[in-house]
Amino acid sequence: MRIQRSKGTRDLSPQDMASFRLIESAFSNCCLKWGYQEVRTPTLEYLHLFTATGTLTPSMLAKVYSFLDWDGWSGERVVLRPDGTIPISRLYIDSMAERKLAKLFYVANVFMFEATGKKTRERWQCGAELIGAKPPLADIELVMLALEVLRELKIEGIELRLSHAGLIKALLARLELSAEEQIGMFDRILDGDLKALEKLKLKRPELEKTIDSLLELKGKPSGFSQELKELFAEDLPECKPYIDNCTRIAEFLEAMGCNYQIDIASGRGFEYYTGVIFQIFKGEEKIGGGGRYDALIPLMGGKDVPASGFALYLERLMALIKPEELAKPQSPRILIRAEAARAREGFDIAKRLHKAGYRAECYLGAQKDADFDWTVDIKSQSPKFILTNQAKKQRVAAESADELLALLEG
Amino acid sequence: MKIKNLKYGEGALYAAASATGTVTVEALRGKAGTIRIASEYPNLAESFAINTRLRHFSVFPLWGGAEVYPPESADLALVGTAEEFPYHGLAPISRVLSVSAFLIANRDSWKDKELSQMVAPIEPALLPEKAERKPEGKRRQRTKTPYPAPEADKDVVRLALPDGHQQAHTRRLLDKAGIRLDDYPSEKGNRRPRADLEGVTVKVIRPQDMPLQVANDNFDLAITGRDWLTEHLCQFPSSPVKELADLKLGWVKVVAVVSQDRDIADIRDLSESERALPIRVASEYINIADSYARDNRLNRYRLIPTWGASEAFLPEDADLLIENTQTGRTLAQHNLKIIDTLFESTACLIGSTKRVASPAKKERMESIIKTLRRAAEEIS
Repeated sequence: MRIQRSKGTRDLSPQDMASFRLIESAFSNCCLKWGYQEVRTPTLEYLHLFTATGTLTPSMLAKVYSFLDWDGWSGERVVLRPDGTIPISRLYIDSMAERKLAKLFYVANVFMFEATGKKTRERWQCGAELIGAKPPLADIELVMLALEVLRELKIEGIELRLSHAGLIKALLARLELSAEEQIGMFDRILDGDLKALEKLKLKRPELEKTIDSLLELKGKPSGFSQELKELFAEDLPECKPYIDNCTRIAEFLEAMGCNYQIDIASGRGFEYYTGVIFQIFKGEEKIGGGGRYDALIPLMGGKDVPASGFALYLERLMALIKPEELAKPQSPRILIRAEAARAREGFDIAKRLHKAGYRAECYLGAQKDADFDWTVDIKSQSPKFILTNQAKKQRVAAESADELLALLEG
Repeated sequence: MKIKNLKYGEGALYAAASATGTVTVEALRGKAGTIRIASEYPNLAESFAINTRLRHFSVFPLWGGAEVYPPESADLALVGTAEEFPYHGLAPISRVLSVSAFLIANRDSWKDKELSQMVAPIEPALLPEKAERKPEGKRRQRTKTPYPAPEADKDVVRLALPDGHQQAHTRRLLDKAGIRLDDYPSEKGNRRPRADLEGVTVKVIRPQDMPLQVANDNFDLAITGRDWLTEHLCQFPSSPVKELADLKLGWVKVVAVVSQDRDIADIRDLSESERALPIRVASEYINIADSYARDNRLNRYRLIPTWGASEAFLPEDADLLIENTQTGRTLAQHNLKIIDTLFESTACLIGSTKRVASPAKKERMESIIKTLRRAAEEIS
């Protein structure tokens, strides 16, 4: 019987993990420099955190891993965290509510069923959440942070796609739909169903021009803001604050030389967005995204506090980086080979070498000399230590550990 | 895959609440506490709750009798019925699904095997004309009782009695105890018989559902089988439900069973059997079966939940069966043999380990426990 990996999961090999750690450390360094603090939330959360209107869309909820725990006789289900933002909001309400400003970041796995089993059902995210700060400065800071991480990782040709949940909602509010229909339509648009918007035109012909222009904006490069402003001032004056918000952000991005586009249908299952939504693309692949979710924390029972955040998709970044360009130079690697009688000394030498900053390990019968910068042979008779440089084919002898270290330094 | 709508047995699945209140989807969505949904279709109930965007809900999976739960023991019941509302005092708040009998097939078999001859006799021509779709039950004008559901009187003891084949010996026990009960067992399917005990209300539900209901404080006392209590505790080891009295009736043993054709003498033979495929364990007691398979280190096993007639699964569709039996005769008739006895089960009175706040209620409960215990002693 073959031992199989569970369907839809992946192993991370040593090479994968090296890439993973490079990304994680670039992300963490950037966040720390911007004053964010790292947090970690549990893998298991209660299902009800994710079910209310304004959290995740039903199509996303249909794919969460939920089950009854061993003490779940009340019927209260738990889930494997399907999203990073909602648990952070829960954490904020739980233990940080007194803070006026919480700048938090995390590296976490999220779980979502995927029927083919070809894509992975467990995905890793690097996320940052900025709770307590208003638009547009907070949103711009998050975009800057995300772009800085990508720059650190030497990923070029990044494109931002902007949308605004407020705009979509204002448009839907005009259509005299029931609250239920509005939510349903919002979900469809967020899930990328542009046909839903087309249908709206039939219902309210007077909005045809606005909707068409909105759809046409897709893919339109910088400089759209004036056009957008004029359009909405005429047909949908209540959208003015959203347009202003979008415009300010767009102006900032332009000034910073960012490449961006407008793409109105870009929420992807996250019903909690209330303001600007941004997605980060490299070519046609989405490598991250985020946005403003001012209503989420009050909805979950916290105080009325504005918030926004983003996440970068770690696996997608792993495929894009070149680890050899990013890896910091490492200390020399040393293999210690001791005669049987002097095995203990081998470990003592390893300890001293580690303290001095070297990578050193004892010979276990399988390592190859070629994989090491130096080998140290420990003998019973003089000379006690023979140091060999593999590349330079250099051999030197030493009588004590101190002498050995001096030779390595020298 | 669905092959054909057989166009009989038509009905619908409704989310329904007690007809005495004005429960609407809107009210539920805005409700602060947990919304309890009782149903024999727990997955449909969860999907209903998610799509309705209920904020905080719990689903009580049931084996039957969902209609008797609201309003005291649940806020909503997902009930399947072809009857008109009000149905057992319930009013519909949402139609969840239309149902009728369907012919279903395995997708691969349907593709690869010639099944048309088998299906031919079930052609529509041979079927009775499609029954007229019954008009949907008119929504009854509901009185304006505000939501949430009425709170239970804290002094009243809520007793659950079993339906089905356990009714006969439960009745015998109650008679012996001198507890008079109207209409139990009920020919009309009445699930709320009246008892001559002051401060006691009685509901008739499935014995399988009782431990979970007692754990959730929907009932104070219940008469069920030790098998179902054990099943519950295997699933939820720290549940507050405990056995209060052995009622000594309805003795069965819960056994591990294999086909007589297999060269297996005990469970070790099965766990050591070098098979390429996982061991398939079928049972109505899915958590007992799981725990038994785990404890016996069955290397790789799959559980097959059944709803009765489990004997028929062996040997083609299962390798091991966890089943109850009195004499073992039925098992032998199906060419099966018992390789292990897990435990013996009789009817028992169960309750919660949680403290009872009301002294009056506590006294009533103790009196019932004592009376039933004495009656059980006398019968045995």
